[in-house]
Order: sequence, then structure tokens, then C-alpha cells
Amino acid sequence: MSDLMPEKIEDAKIEAPIVEKYKLHTKDVNVFYGDFQAIKDVSMNIKPRSITAFIGPSGCGKSTFLRLFNRMNDYIEDFKMEGKIKIDDKNIYKDKIQLEQLRKEVGMVFQKPNPFPKSIFENVAYGLKIQGINDKKLITDRVEKALKQADLWNEVKDNLNKSALTLSGGQQQRLCIARTLAVEPSIILMDEPTSALDPISTAKIEELIHHLKADYTIIIVTHNMQQAARISDYTAFFYMGELIEFDKTKKIFTNPEKKRTENYITGRFG
Amino acid sequence: MNNVQKNRLKDQLFKFWGIGCTLIGLVLLVVFIGGILIDGLSRIDWAFITDLPSRKAEKSGIWTPLMGSIWILVLTAIISFPISVAAGVYLEEYSKKNRLSALLEINISNLAGVPSIIYGLLGLEVFVRIMNLGASVLAGALTLSLLILPIIIVATREAIKAVPSSIRDASYALGASKWQTIWNQVLPASSGGILTGVILALSRAVGETAPLIVVGALAYVPFAPQGPLDQFSVLPIQIFNWISRPQQGFIDNAAAAIIILLLITFIMNGIAVYFRNKWQKKLQ
Repeated sequence: MSDLMPEKIEDAKIEAPIVEKYKLHTKDVNVFYGDFQAIKDVSMNIKPRSITAFIGPSGCGKSTFLRLFNRMNDYIEDFKMEGKIKIDDKNIYKDKIQLEQLRKEVGMVFQKPNPFPKSIFENVAYGLKIQGINDKKLITDRVEKALKQADLWNEVKDNLNKSALTLSGGQQQRLCIARTLAVEPSIILMDEPTSALDPISTAKIEELIHHLKADYTIIIVTHNMQQAARISDYTAFFYMGELIEFDKTKKIFTNPEKKRTENYITGRFG
Repeated sequence: MNNVQKNRLKDQLFKFWGIGCTLIGLVLLVVFIGGILIDGLSRIDWAFITDLPSRKAEKSGIWTPLMGSIWILVLTAIISFPISVAAGVYLEEYSKKNRLSALLEINISNLAGVPSIIYGLLGLEVFVRIMNLGASVLAGALTLSLLILPIIIVATREAIKAVPSSIRDASYALGASKWQTIWNQVLPASSGGILTGVILALSRAVGETAPLIVVGALAYVPFAPQGPLDQFSVLPIQIFNWISRPQQGFIDNAAAAIIILLLITFIMNGIAVYFRNKWQKKLQ
């Protein structure tokens, strides 16, 4: 068993080294929507500059768990969370933490491309402008850099003032990634980022994710098992709100510890 | 006749019944507008618009009530727009779902159904007497603002509701605060719908008569208002006054004034439709 699921190790020993070793650390996390428990006692450690895939059948809690890391569940009525989530050793559910600051650090890309009904430039610059940055040169540079990182620059550089809604679905999703990158986060959460896209756009995004790994910690929720196997370093399998197994992707897909993981991966249920 | 034929026949019958019902309103409107045009069109010229009121029908113009209507329109817009949009934003974005917000909502719906003359009485007591504004343009505009507040609030809420939540999510996820999200994303995306509601509400206000009579708008005002505290008249009151005179000349004047008033409301509705279409395209 790996050290990724810390409940297997004595508490006293793991608390200290977590700081250097892990980007993100959760301990005994429970999530409730009213009476319904969506997440049950999940503890995990995520290493910096890695790609982690969350897989599992619909309703297993993987998206809920992902949205804990930038506190997007806070807007849901009756949402209640217990346990500890630390990013860079800071508890992100302490009252003192500023949501705006947290979300600058933890970016998110959504399932359906959701560009703002504004120009391509405005979309990418938005995250900077809301931080109060007015320096035109700086904004222009960051927009260009982010669009290049997202592999979109060559397609849009002559049309930066065109509406983002004129782009194709795949381009829109890469624009959403560029928009996230412009804020310069260290973690990027992706909630089924390719499920609304065609295979060619999907391949482009997967390649992009692979490149981004050099600088970012990426956590991706996916329904597509081949995708998880292709792009991720680690895979976490969720079922009914529980983290069943979390290990190196290679191990999960070739030699899983748990019977349920094997059944899901081989397509016997879900 | 078998069953299928019977059903077809019923289908046809209902179709014609529906066409007939739809045409009732349209035919009445055409007859009404036709009659008005016959009576009033020949009376409309530039002098009719720029002349002050007079005892002689052929020398009378609509300058003072037209200016009064425009004063009322502009002041009502200035007063009602910020208040009702802010209230709509609060109810839709900030207020928690509890008994207080439910109570507020019921009250706003009720306000939209209160007869306009009641608003007139309220305006008379509060603005004319207690606030001592007299029978002024400002008192009239404040009264009409109360009248259209609920309409704009409801329109604002509908427009905000129509903004996809994915846009809000994207904004929050980039680190925007609630206010930044509302100001930079939600309001621009819903501005078309809000503007439509504002214009439709104002076009209703421009046709209101009863509350302004109660507040003290006069049928005969010698000069157009120069400031918000001046006395005033408005087009519907002028029309009401002319139509109640026995001479044919004044009846023609009334018809001509109705054409002008209809023109104003049609233009405003046209602008509202234009904004709505533009806005719907933008969000798709």
C-alpha cells in the first residue's frame, strides 16, 4: 500500500513530513447536504506537479470532493463539511482564509466550456482585472502568455477582440484553461473538462494537460477511464462517497488491491 | 364519419375558434386607431406640438402637457431605476430563502396589483402634503415611481435568473467577490432584460392618468415646467380634458394628442423589443 492514503500510517508520524512532500492534504473529510452524506471519511495526499485522476460512477462524490479544494460547494444550501483540508499546509476551511486568495491559488476548469459573453481578450484578462491590476502592458503580456500556454494563441492572436462565443467548443475550453492560467494558480482543478468535446479537441486538451504538469498540480475528474489511464500519474477511485483506492495509475489499472476497483475498471459495473 | 375524421373536424373547429378570438383584440385596435387617425391626423402639424394651450381649439397645442410628460418620464426613470434594480439584485443574489424573503416577495407581487389610484392617494399624502412638495412634477414622478417599482423589480429578477449559473461559477472560480461577479458579469449579461422591463414600465407610467389627477396635475397649465417643483400637466390628462368638451375642434385635438401619446408608447415598446432581441442573441 502506498503512503497516499494516510489512514494506513500512524497519525503522529505523518503530520510533520506532509508539509514538504504534499501539495494538498485532506484528513477525515465528511460532506453533508442536509441529511445526505456525500463524502465519507476521505483522507488523501496529493503530490506537487502531478496529475491525479478521480474516477468512479455518477454520484460517487468525486466532483463534490474536487469542489472542496476551491470551496465552490460553499454556494450550495445545506452544505456542511467536517475534517481538514490543507493546501501548502494551510487549512483552507479556517474562517481567516480569504476565498478570493484561495481561488487565485486554486484554479478551476468546468465540464461545459463557460466563457464569458465578452471578447477573447476580456475573458483572459478578467482574473487580473478583478485583482485590481491596471497595468495595460502587464495584462497584455499575461494574456499572451496564458493563451500560448493553453495552445490557443496561434488560432486567436489576430482576433483577440472577437466574442469568445464565436470559438468552437474545444477552443472555448482551451480559452477557459488560459483564463485560469492567467491568474497563475499552483493547482488546477478540472471537472470532466473534455466530456462535452469531440475526440480531436479532447486529444488537444489532454496533450495540454500533460504539458501543464511541469508547473502545476492538476486534479481531474473524469468519466473516461482510458483518459485517466492515459494522462494521470495517480488515480483515486470513489464509490458511494468513499475513497476505495488511491494509488499510482499504473497499479490501479493493472493490479488493483480492491475487488470493487477491479470490477469498475473492467466495466463490470458503473 | 369515423373517429379520425371526427377528431380532424374538432381540430379544424378549434383552430378557427382560436383565430376568431385572436382577431377580436386586433380588429378592435385597428378600428380604434383608424377612427383616431381619421379624426386627428389632419390636426397634427408642427404648430400643434409647439403651441401653448388656448381657449380656441384650432390655436391649442400640446407643448405644455408634452413637456410635462417628458419631465415625468425622465424623473420617474431617474428615481425608479436605481432603487428597483438594486432591490431586484438584492432579492435574487443576496437574500437567503427564509420567511422574511418570502414575505417580501408576496408584498412585491401584491404591490404590482394595487390599483393605481391608491398610489395616487399615497402620493398625495406623503409627497404633496407631508414632504410638502405641492402639486409638482417631482411629486408626480415620485408617485409614478412607486407605481412601477414592483414591475421593474420583477423584470430585474427574471433577467438575473436567466443568466446561466456557469458564468457565475467561472467568475467565482477566478477569485472574484460576489459584488465583482454581479457588477462585471451578472448585470451586463442581464442588462437587456432589465432595460426591457424598465422601458415597458415607463411606457405604462407615461399613460397613467388617475394617480396624477389625485396628486394634483392640472388640465390647464399655461407654461411648460421649468424645474422639478413646477406645476405640470401630462398628455393623458390633456386628452381627458379635451374629450370632455362639447366642441368638435377639441375632440379633434384629443384624437391628435392620442396619436402622439400612442406614438411615444409604440416607440418605447419598439426599443424594448430591440434590446430584448439583442440580449437574447448575446447570451446564446
